[in-house]
Amino acid sequence: MTAQHWTDLLVLGAGPAGASAALAAAEHGMDVVLLDEAADAGGQVFRAPPKSFVVANGKRIDPDFHIGASLRDRLAASRVRKVFERRVWFVAPGFKVSTFGPEGLEFWTAKSVVVASGTYERVVPMPGWTLPGVIGLGAATILLKSQQALPGETTVVAGCGPLVAAVAVGILKAGGKVGAVIDAASPGDWARALPSMAVRPDLLLRGLGWVGRIRLAGVPLLFRHAVVEVRGGDSVTEIMARPVDNQWRPRWDVPARAFQCDALAIGHGLVPAVELTRLLGAEHEFAAERGGWVPKVDEDCRTSEPCLYAAGDCTGISGAAPALLQGRLAGLTAALDDDRMAPEAFAQETSALRRKLQRARTFGAASARLMTPSPGLLDTVTPDTVVCRCEDVTRREIEAAFEAGAADLNQVKAWTRCGMGPCQGRMCGDTAAALAALRLGGREAVGPWTARTPIRPVPMETLIGEYDYEDIPKPAPARR
Amino acid sequence: MEIRVDGRRISAFAGESLAVALAAEGILHLRASPQAGTPRGMFCMMGVCQECVIRVDGRAVNACQEPVRDGMTVISGTLK
Repeated sequence: MTAQHWTDLLVLGAGPAGASAALAAAEHGMDVVLLDEAADAGGQVFRAPPKSFVVANGKRIDPDFHIGASLRDRLAASRVRKVFERRVWFVAPGFKVSTFGPEGLEFWTAKSVVVASGTYERVVPMPGWTLPGVIGLGAATILLKSQQALPGETTVVAGCGPLVAAVAVGILKAGGKVGAVIDAASPGDWARALPSMAVRPDLLLRGLGWVGRIRLAGVPLLFRHAVVEVRGGDSVTEIMARPVDNQWRPRWDVPARAFQCDALAIGHGLVPAVELTRLLGAEHEFAAERGGWVPKVDEDCRTSEPCLYAAGDCTGISGAAPALLQGRLAGLTAALDDDRMAPEAFAQETSALRRKLQRARTFGAASARLMTPSPGLLDTVTPDTVVCRCEDVTRREIEAAFEAGAADLNQVKAWTRCGMGPCQGRMCGDTAAALAALRLGGREAVGPWTARTPIRPVPMETLIGEYDYEDIPKPAPARR
Repeated sequence: MEIRVDGRRISAFAGESLAVALAAEGILHLRASPQAGTPRGMFCMMGVCQECVIRVDGRAVNACQEPVRDGMTVISGTLK
């Protein structure tokens, strides 16, 4: 029998935003279920190491290790029901959610829901990017922080935004070799971000320390360059880099530089994961500087749907520090709307929180801007480059669909199968939409893919459970 | 602990992800792309991209999300 659970508040995602929301709502007497795919809370930034790993000095792994550890300690001491290793594959309005995991298929019903689904990575494709050995910058971070593993023997680190330097330094600290650091931004782009980043001098200094460390290690550091090709047979052996212009268009007139490597960690910012808020009917808007399509939320984290709240990077890329604060705000709002808190107490408890959030967001917005790729980078997607990894759809095929009259993103999907594979367009969606926007005049005109269930691939045997052919009611054969 | 991959025994650390244990042994090619059949490996490490789908004890799993267990049997490169 499939398990059915009921709760006041269901929090989807146990990263900084979701964990804080769950703690805040539980403090005010709500029954809270906190769901996540991982084995413990923390999300990607504060990801817990495997339980069997012994961590002697967390600070050596990550200066913010203690934030994640304290979040997990507070959750352990709280009344929040922590339900991990569950993949949400289905959500419906009225708040019915289905998961699969160690207990098989489960159904959850809740009065209110906080969505804190975080982000996934944007990688603007280039020839050869599907080769094994190419991983995202976020993936490299998980390898280094949670798994204590290096991406390869020699890793080239490339892309844009603060993660480039962070990953390169993480590899160096772990004793690995970095073949080159290739940043699409110029030192000037970084300098322009400095005033906003100065609200967090600690993080700013950490960032400057990264650049010093890369230089000190003698690693080639290429600003305003992009990886234009990945080469190798069964896996990466070499990458080619070219300078880019101020729109990040590769300069094909300048000779490319080759770097030998067995791994490439590359990323071009983050995209908010909004399939849950979209399936739950919330209104969304396009905000390029915050990563893409995001749910519209009011200053208390309410979406356009009653009793549906959203917090953290799924409402716009801003980072883990604001997510901790915004999550708490969402949890308190859920408690207020459920009459667990007096409006005066809510106002009092949130006023300092809002000030802190404002400050944290200034830094977050500056790093989000550094992560946003300039449109010229799309030129690395040559006609024969695979855009949709799942279905092997090339840019040429996508462009052919536009030539044939495709008028929005969903038509491109139907005609080419781009975005129809098991990742459901999460890896190619942003690129396909950016290519469409070049033709159709902007991302709003292009629209997003239609969000569809299943949200994650779910094995058929999980769905049907013990149900067998013998269990199907079969009418007696008609008599002749 | 030890796991069995394509008939070969490899050692792994308790709790680490299967994708990492395989990469440490130089096994990067985890699945073939569904249409063109080109080699694919771990990419997002967070269970989203599905490029590391692999067969473990008869089930299709994301290698990046699967902690290694002593004696698990893995078949690489066959799923699409």
